[in-house]
Amino acid sequence: MENWRDNKLVAAILLVPASAWILIFFTLPLAIVWVYSFGERGPQGQTLLAFTLDNYVRALELIHLGILWKSVWTAAVATLICFAMGFPVALGIAFAPARFKNLLLLLVILPFWTNLLIRTYAWIAVLRTRGFLNFGLEWGHGKLDTMFSFAGLPDIMGTFEPLALLYNHSAVVIGLVYVALPFLVLPIYATLEKLDRSLMEASLDLGAGQWRTMASITIPLAFPGILSGLMLVFILSLGTYLTPVLLGGTNSMMIGNLIAQEFGPARDWPFGSALSFLLLYITFIILWIRAMVASRSKGVSY
Amino acid sequence: MSAKELQIGTQEDPNTRPRMRKVRPTPLEYTRKKWFQLVLLLNFIFLYFPIVALIAFSFNNSRRNITWKGFTLKYYVKAFHNESLFDAFLNSLIVAGISTAVSTVLGAMLGLALYRFKFPAKNAFDGWIHLPIIIPEICMGVAMLAFFSRLNITLGLFTITVSHIAFSLPFVAVVVRARMAGFDHSLEEAARDLGANQWQTFKDVTLPYMMPGIVAGALLALTLSLDDFVITFFTSGPGSTTLPIKIFSMVRFSVTPEVNAASTVLIAITLILTVVTMTIQARSGKNKGLPL
Amino acid sequence: MTRKQPIISIHNVTKIFNRSVTAVDDVSLEIAEGEFFALLGPSGCGKTTLLRMIAGFENPTIGRIVVDGQDMDGVDPNHRPVNMVFQSYAVFPHMTVAKNVAYGLKVTGVLEKDIKKMVPEALELVKLGGFEHRMPHQLSGGQQQRVALARALVKKPKVLLLDEPLSALDAKLREAMQIELVNLQKSVGITFVIVTHSQAEALSTANRIAVMKDGQVVQVAGPLELYENPNSQFCADFIGKINQLRAKVIGVENGSLAMDIKGIGKALIPHDGPAQGKVTLAIRPEKLQLDSDEPADDCIKFRSRVANVVYYGSTSQVFLENIAGEQMMAEVRNRESGTTTSILIGSVVWVSWKTADTLVLTK
Repeated sequence: MENWRDNKLVAAILLVPASAWILIFFTLPLAIVWVYSFGERGPQGQTLLAFTLDNYVRALELIHLGILWKSVWTAAVATLICFAMGFPVALGIAFAPARFKNLLLLLVILPFWTNLLIRTYAWIAVLRTRGFLNFGLEWGHGKLDTMFSFAGLPDIMGTFEPLALLYNHSAVVIGLVYVALPFLVLPIYATLEKLDRSLMEASLDLGAGQWRTMASITIPLAFPGILSGLMLVFILSLGTYLTPVLLGGTNSMMIGNLIAQEFGPARDWPFGSALSFLLLYITFIILWIRAMVASRSKGVSY
Repeated sequence: MSAKELQIGTQEDPNTRPRMRKVRPTPLEYTRKKWFQLVLLLNFIFLYFPIVALIAFSFNNSRRNITWKGFTLKYYVKAFHNESLFDAFLNSLIVAGISTAVSTVLGAMLGLALYRFKFPAKNAFDGWIHLPIIIPEICMGVAMLAFFSRLNITLGLFTITVSHIAFSLPFVAVVVRARMAGFDHSLEEAARDLGANQWQTFKDVTLPYMMPGIVAGALLALTLSLDDFVITFFTSGPGSTTLPIKIFSMVRFSVTPEVNAASTVLIAITLILTVVTMTIQARSGKNKGLPL
Repeated sequence: MTRKQPIISIHNVTKIFNRSVTAVDDVSLEIAEGEFFALLGPSGCGKTTLLRMIAGFENPTIGRIVVDGQDMDGVDPNHRPVNMVFQSYAVFPHMTVAKNVAYGLKVTGVLEKDIKKMVPEALELVKLGGFEHRMPHQLSGGQQQRVALARALVKKPKVLLLDEPLSALDAKLREAMQIELVNLQKSVGITFVIVTHSQAEALSTANRIAVMKDGQVVQVAGPLELYENPNSQFCADFIGKINQLRAKVIGVENGSLAMDIKGIGKALIPHDGPAQGKVTLAIRPEKLQLDSDEPADDCIKFRSRVANVVYYGSTSQVFLENIAGEQMMAEVRNRESGTTTSILIGSVVWVSWKTADTLVLTK
């Protein structure tokens, strides 16, 4: 690697344009929001520059703490479900025969490339009262009803009541899991792929069963990758905006749409800024934890 | 003991082997175990069913019902003739075009610089410049809104494009840098040794190798821009809607096949871009560094 | 003499990957209890695949494997009475040495108090006493291997499988470990099966060697037998170095074959077993004698020019070419100090060897 001093001009040409762009059109805006978070809301909704911690206090206040807590909780639940579903997929792909690996990876990545909005919206068609899931359930219900009628027990199933699956919290969780699944599978796959197979074989050879090997050897050694995947999914789910808006009900407000509301109809930009930075701080803390874990495990080279 | 004594193996003509039986899977061959295959299948159904259903029903000749009533392209025609939808599509293309061009150039330069140079506080710089990738989109969205309003800049295609470039260029940098990680530096040294100057070395040796990475980065930037919703939502004004924004407003109120049609078009474009990217990457993997 | 049951019986085992690659082709072997057995061959010959089938990490496409009287079909690796030392050692990097060694005992439910006794004993056996609390990344390659050995041996398996155990070690360490492995096997008394591509390793450690090529077993014999009486050109060439000559059988006379050796002349070579037509003769380089005067008569002899001499320190290789163009290589010990060799390039010498030492190879 060259030292920049040996080639100052070229280094500058390459680095300055991009850095300037990010500085002006990213860092500066964030700085403005940061300043606003200490500001005050004027009578007509403008933002007055001030220095007050009121916004942060409000953000942490009861109701909003409720929303904060609900967001964290929802994101955590979504992350766990994602892990339960995605870990076997990552495991399967990592240990699949070479000729299938790329195909399977492609199949997992493809949905990721489609528009987030569309992916979330697709679930509306599935979950609504006249949607696919209920349609399927109704069909199944009908079949069972026919069966029972033949057996001489008509009406035992009662009339079919479609499940209200949409516009509530479960729908939001489903939507989050759906969007985040590829983000979990890929880092975990990458780590499992690099794992030395003979370590798992050695464990089996020494007498450990499948589950024991998974718990004592595979997961501890793949932990950094697993953690990366989990944190990525958690951060994504925490800051989500579209999913609760499209799939959630009035009761499923999360931090993302609260921020949007404050910058939108509610016109309380300082408050919205504080919320926004709160979200950022949480994100940074998670990333910092991740970095800590990564550097601690660097002592042992896998 | 011979095979004969143990009465295994064949006593017939050694040329006729016993028929190959299905070999039981070994412990680590997960994908060959039945219950595992079921788990995988369920996952893939979960991943694909909503999208497939959405695409399928864009061709359904029925406004509301989810029962199949015949194949039709009329909703595509309808969507195509929907002026505001079409305008939004054009806007998306314009924004994506400019954003891709600028972010690819800036991002490629950045990626190259990060690969090549060491400088003080590089780690911190690295973290800072990659921030747009990791922060939640909503935070960036409102930040851009605050920024533009503070500077009294009206929201429109300009503000959208500027924001898209800001979040795309770090992605391009990552892709280019990753590509350069596999570069054999001694090729550059050989060129210098033979008399080439810096620019010639770059043009004739480095750039050809970089190209697949640049193209991959460009396609990534294109996809990111076409698909973006949250940041665009906060930086767009009246008259400057992009396709995702337009679809969002249609979606809030009802599920119609027209929306399905528009969505399918967007999916198709993205898929084609993805396939192109992957083909390029596959081909560049085969000839390592040779543009031939 | 009572014939004991072999500890491992391999019956007509074939392994085909992806319906197209035959890694192991109809192999049948028997390995006796307490033997140090080697599977030897070039890379790709199927030896590692065969070993993994014994361990249970691959399943035979055809055939069966019987260990200690029990058919291993359907038996998972964790339930087999064999243990393996992997080529990469596979020492668990996130556990201490003691935990590594204890692992196999812990997962099979051995009592903690017994583990506390057995682990230090196993470590003493491999000369790693006192290393209990070290982490693998603090150990050298050779030490990690001993941990892998201790970890496997502490389970007291019937058979220990070793996959290329010495290939990652440097030359000096390798030689020392060869001796240690043999001593270890003798003191523990269990069957060792090693896979190696190094014929020197196989010759110096094993009681019996199976030479493999392209998935098939070519010859099974002890080291001496294998070296002195290889049954084929492949074995003759693979084990050590050898000179090969072409010859034609021109007659048979009670226990000897009259041969016309290309480029050299006629000779009467003792050989039992049928042979006719064109055959290959082979003679080991160290059996060639080089003299300035004509040697006595009960040998094959002719004059050659010294084309080249390559110095190896304790020995030298002398490349010879005779008047008919036949090329051979002789290995001489460098007994004289202060000179690389007393044989000068370009000089003409008498090349000879005892007729009875000639190998007749029919395949």
